[in-house]
Amino acid sequence: MKLQLQGITKRFGTFTANDQIDLVVQPGEIHALLGENGAGKSTLMNVLYGLYEPTEGTILVDDAPVAFKGPGDAMAAGIGMVHQHFMLVPVLTVAENIMLGAEQTSRGMLDLRRARKLVRELSDRHHLEVDPDAKVEDLPVGIQQRVEILKALAREAKVLILDEPTAVLTPQETDHLMEVMRSLKEQGTSLVFISHKLREVREVADTITVIRRGKVVGTAEPTATAAELAALMVGRTVQLRVDKEPAQPRDVILDVDKLRVVDAAGQVLVDDISFSVRGGEIYAIAGVQGNGQTELTEAIVGLIEPASGRVVIDGEDVTEDTTYDILRAGVGYVPEDRAHDGLVSSFSIAENLVLDMHDQAPFGGRIQLNNKEIAKNAIARVEEFDVRTTSASAPASTLSGGNQQKVVLARELSRPLRLFVVSQPTRGVDVGSMEFVHKRIVAERDRGAAVLLVSTELDEVVSLADRIGVMYRGAIVGELPPTASAQEFGLLMGGQQGDTGDHDTKESA
Amino acid sequence: MSAPTTDEELVVHHKVVQVGPSRARQTAVAIALIVIGLFVAIVLASTGTHPNAKFGFDAGGARVHVPTLSLPEAPFCIVVGALIVLAGIYHLVRGFTPAAMRWVGSAVGVLFLLAFLAWAGTGGRTVQFTSLLQQGLFLAAPLILGAMGGILCERSGVINVAIEGQMLAGAFAGALLGTVAGLFAGIVAAIVVGGLLGLLLAVFAIRFLVNQVILGVVLNVLALGLTGYLFDAIMANNSNGTDNPGFFGPAKVPLLGDIPVIGPVVFDQNYIIYAMYVIVIVIDVALIRTRWGLRTRAVGEHPQAADTVGINVLRLRYQNVVLGGCVAGLAGALLTIGSVGAFTKNISSGQGFIALAAVIFGRWTPRGALGAALLFGFAGALQSVLSFLNPPLQINSNLLGMLPYVVTIFAVAGLVGRVRAPAADGEPYVKGSA
Repeated sequence: MKLQLQGITKRFGTFTANDQIDLVVQPGEIHALLGENGAGKSTLMNVLYGLYEPTEGTILVDDAPVAFKGPGDAMAAGIGMVHQHFMLVPVLTVAENIMLGAEQTSRGMLDLRRARKLVRELSDRHHLEVDPDAKVEDLPVGIQQRVEILKALAREAKVLILDEPTAVLTPQETDHLMEVMRSLKEQGTSLVFISHKLREVREVADTITVIRRGKVVGTAEPTATAAELAALMVGRTVQLRVDKEPAQPRDVILDVDKLRVVDAAGQVLVDDISFSVRGGEIYAIAGVQGNGQTELTEAIVGLIEPASGRVVIDGEDVTEDTTYDILRAGVGYVPEDRAHDGLVSSFSIAENLVLDMHDQAPFGGRIQLNNKEIAKNAIARVEEFDVRTTSASAPASTLSGGNQQKVVLARELSRPLRLFVVSQPTRGVDVGSMEFVHKRIVAERDRGAAVLLVSTELDEVVSLADRIGVMYRGAIVGELPPTASAQEFGLLMGGQQGDTGDHDTKESA
Repeated sequence: MSAPTTDEELVVHHKVVQVGPSRARQTAVAIALIVIGLFVAIVLASTGTHPNAKFGFDAGGARVHVPTLSLPEAPFCIVVGALIVLAGIYHLVRGFTPAAMRWVGSAVGVLFLLAFLAWAGTGGRTVQFTSLLQQGLFLAAPLILGAMGGILCERSGVINVAIEGQMLAGAFAGALLGTVAGLFAGIVAAIVVGGLLGLLLAVFAIRFLVNQVILGVVLNVLALGLTGYLFDAIMANNSNGTDNPGFFGPAKVPLLGDIPVIGPVVFDQNYIIYAMYVIVIVIDVALIRTRWGLRTRAVGEHPQAADTVGINVLRLRYQNVVLGGCVAGLAGALLTIGSVGAFTKNISSGQGFIALAAVIFGRWTPRGALGAALLFGFAGALQSVLSFLNPPLQINSNLLGMLPYVVTIFAVAGLVGRVRAPAADGEPYVKGSA
């Protein structure tokens, strides 16, 4: 099936998410849509899948124009989608999820037997092992993704859209997904592969279309180098490496000793973690999202109470201290979800810049705020951190992701820090700001602070850190130097110690 | 603290570990069981006024006579108490699985109730066991139907706090139309009016995204005010012509109605209650086994997922909310043409809220809600039965009326575990907002 987009434009109010996009997906090819976070890839695919109606433009299926009123129409036309956030109902079983919306019934009752059979057939044919009677919420994310793919295949999708499918996968799971994609292609399915990861796109795609700020900026062959693609994607040649001097470690500033965090349900989230970070070095925690990194940082800055263990900063046990006191002790904290935890989005930029200092001179005292000083501070910080805004009194919510992150950084770095805890510093941040953020982090290290960096982006970790601990299921399963290979990281991130990889290939649903 | 949503994602060869109730809770439940058992075996066993308690099993109209049972109260209570203590000790040492605990909990509840009745029956009067159950089911019926109305709504993701109002309006319409055009017209009217209130709820909740809890409260006030006003305007001065519908009396099912105990309880009730049996069974089966049920569950849990497979989320919600209103309206009809045969102001008197509680305590399942509503109904019947008996210690009936709710709270906290609503319950669905 040939799929063609002609002049697709999608506007939300004054914001143009997609601007005159042309795209042709040939039958039986893997067409990669490469672009940064926020470039408009997902919007485009939601238009294609009938979730959004395009403001302008036409979609052609086998050269005939179609208009999708909803996903049902898109599916009927043979378009299937694997969403970035899975569209699976957690409490239903695999078979129920796959039959949903296209249920077979016999005498008015659901024909679950047929659904199970269908699941088994499809999973055999495409080598996507899955138990049809398992509840989706009990399945690991990698398997849930298989269910999503099977769901689309069960609807006889001729074109399968995969929206950032590797974001939640380990390197090994990613490799498996690539195999699945190739085998689907061989069986005649066209695939649209949305990603911002150059390596994956180059590995699997037949054609690459690059999107930047809602526009198609070019197409490339998979033989193009990573640097060429990156340049297309960000619009200029960027430095993929961070320039930094070798670290000059000093005394230990942060010492984490057998820290353990248990949630209300009794699940161990942080499992006996011990490490220390010296002044003048960057210690990074790598790992796939959701392996306890969030809880680790929150426990260190006192946002959640650890079940046992100690956090020591500059020789002082701060485990029992409040977050307020910990920040006073010279800790800067950039939370991973800046829009939610890092900023009060309805407050002005100026107010956000003094959130943690509003009760201190010169910004205020016990009762009154000194708005003049707050405004003065804002102007200085906006200038220093190159925050792109029309006014410092604009609400933080009006800023782009990168600029919001600069505001958080500006606030945290405007105090003299001993320890700087930064979580996912460049998530949703454009490449221009990314460089800036990285430079500031390195500068903080060179000033002598201890930096604890938590990131799921391996590239970022490798280029910034001096030492790297890999977290898996709540524990640090290994430490590696930044020079270690991606393979070594991948194994640790998947929970396998390098030398005992014997159960590596076994997979059971 | 954010939950590790993807904690298990990397583990291909691991099973997800179910975290059971904590050790502390298990101990607390076990100790509670032991205390209850000791109370039965010591206090209830030793304070009976007469050695024997009489249980009668006959109820009006039964053809088969069941002899009155004379039970030695003290030994009975000691045995029952010992059983409960044993269950407690087992739970303390080995621990029941959550699934088994649900059965054990129910069994302990029934045993305790029997021991309590035996104790109360030592006052010299016979405990009319069958009519107690019959009365209990009768009192539970409006709660059961109301709860079914709530479940229809909430499983598709719309909170229905307006059950009370729907029942009240149904009760009024049933009485009015029942008088003017006959009892069956009354039933239809109750269903229609309940459905209309459901439609109102649906339009504001789904179309205009009004907060559903507040909306429900407002609809209740609306129903209360409107029926009160109409009662004054139409019924108060002409009660014979407008508020005298008569009522559906018990209609015994041939043969089945003659089964001892079960017959009078289950098969000697009125038509609306028979309809209720059908409704409960249909909803229970349909929710799990039919296309409608699967879609309803999907829409209540993850509407966007349903939308992406081409299900019309809003239409299904409209449909279910209106249907739920209809069922709640029928529940209202039970209050007038199903029992007393007249409407009075605020005749529902909070039963819609009890029905809502039954929905929640029943974990949004038809069976669970049925169980909870039955518990509430039987507790109500027990209250009236106790006033006829002459128990060794007179218990204030208000305190007794409180008991089922206290028991439910403990049962839910201790035995059932975390109550989980449909994930999208109360969340309006707006296309493309996620």
